[in-house]
Amino acid sequence: MFQNVGEMVILLWRSLLAMPRCWRQREKIFDQFFEIGNASLLMVCILSFFIGGVIALQTGPVLVERGLANAVGGVVGISICKELAPVMMSILIAGRIGSAMAAEIGSMRVYQEIDALRTMNISPIHYLVVPRLVAIAVALPLLVIFAILVGWLGGAFVCSANSRIDISFAAFFTTLRDIVQIKDVVNGVFKSFVFAWVIGVVSCHQGLITIGGPRGIGRSVTKAVVNSIVLIVILDYILTRILLR
Amino acid sequence: MSSPQPNHQGIGVQVRGLRKSFNRHEVLKGVDFEVKPGEIFVLMGPSGSGKSVLLKHVIGLEQPDEGEILLEGKPIQSSNVLDEYRLAMVFQSGALLNSLTVGENVGLYLTEHRLKPPEEIDRIVADTLEVLGLKGTEEKMPSELSGGMKKRVAIARALVIEPQLILYDEPTSELDPLSSVVIAEEIVKLNERIRVTSLVVSHDRDLAFGVAHRIAVINDGTILAIGTPEEIKRCQNPLVRDFLNASFRRADLHSA
Repeated sequence: MFQNVGEMVILLWRSLLAMPRCWRQREKIFDQFFEIGNASLLMVCILSFFIGGVIALQTGPVLVERGLANAVGGVVGISICKELAPVMMSILIAGRIGSAMAAEIGSMRVYQEIDALRTMNISPIHYLVVPRLVAIAVALPLLVIFAILVGWLGGAFVCSANSRIDISFAAFFTTLRDIVQIKDVVNGVFKSFVFAWVIGVVSCHQGLITIGGPRGIGRSVTKAVVNSIVLIVILDYILTRILLR
Repeated sequence: MSSPQPNHQGIGVQVRGLRKSFNRHEVLKGVDFEVKPGEIFVLMGPSGSGKSVLLKHVIGLEQPDEGEILLEGKPIQSSNVLDEYRLAMVFQSGALLNSLTVGENVGLYLTEHRLKPPEEIDRIVADTLEVLGLKGTEEKMPSELSGGMKKRVAIARALVIEPQLILYDEPTSELDPLSSVVIAEEIVKLNERIRVTSLVVSHDRDLAFGVAHRIAVINDGTILAIGTPEEIKRCQNPLVRDFLNASFRRADLHSA
């Protein structure tokens, strides 16, 4: 385990060193960026709309019964932007994109394509890892911003449609604006930026150390997703502690 | 086959006391040999004898436990030696990048190192593919090619590097006899045309005796014999003789 952590730190460091030349890989970055967005946008939309709806459904009636109807928009808004959107979207992306990264790089490793790159003096970090890291580090925060907006819409829709809550769209967003600050949204987006690096580094690392044919690729994909999710949840706690100060 | 003419293209390789173990299993047990500049040197031996591991050491994909590999007298472990000389390897599987077209695979080295403008890379790729009898395959994906074509694309990809040392890992494995002959002809033609040093790893006896200037026979991580094809044929080492004379006879099967 400690060896893996050390290797991931080294991979991250080497990737950061290669970043200044990442513009040379701009076509690959754009391809990956399109892949992440195209593969996940609809899922992000559905997931965040229903998360917003569920939070409104869970908190709305309780708050309204206690005369706190003017807090519903704020509670739903802040839950989504600070916690649910960054964490849930990161877990979704770890499952969809992290697994794809580990599988693609893992199969390249197993079928000697990475060895072939090395013999041509092409760094796998520069050629394979950096474009994926840059793309996910840009795409995930953008997806989270989108998820926050859709989640708020989902919450507003449920609040206006549910007779036990009965808060209009306008009232929902007025109370949301009173409580949610720009800083809260920035916190959530910042968290997702950190999680993007975690997913990218963990998945690429698992791909690069794949051994043993198709079974090895399957094992790497599973490890990439599970390790990413575990690290996301642990880092979420640490970042929340830091950002709450 | 006559010995190679003096050249300015190929580089010499020296392997000294090379040892390598994986999980306490010693794969290479002190291997020594030398490949002269411009020579076709075939390393022949049964499967699992350590040939491919040895090849990976020569191109820097593996680090030895003991011993050293010298390119033109300079150890490859020292910095920049692998950058100083142009090396290429043709993998047993071809190792083409499956997400790229044939043309992109062949031009990958030039594209990634930005050595030529895109139009010139396209021209070089087309010319190289034509030389190897693959004209018009630029837009095909590797999955659309036969095993022999993949091997030739891998050779084309190596050629574009204008290598001074080219390593072939089992170039005729999994190929039919006709495709094997084509690959063998390419190895010889390349050597004659650009005087590249060629280190070929194979257990194909026809290929070895057909293309080699010199042959080394390796078994269980140890070199058993080195010499010209004629010298190897006359070698009296029983393991070498067994390897060279092994053939399947139905009568032997029944008598056993």
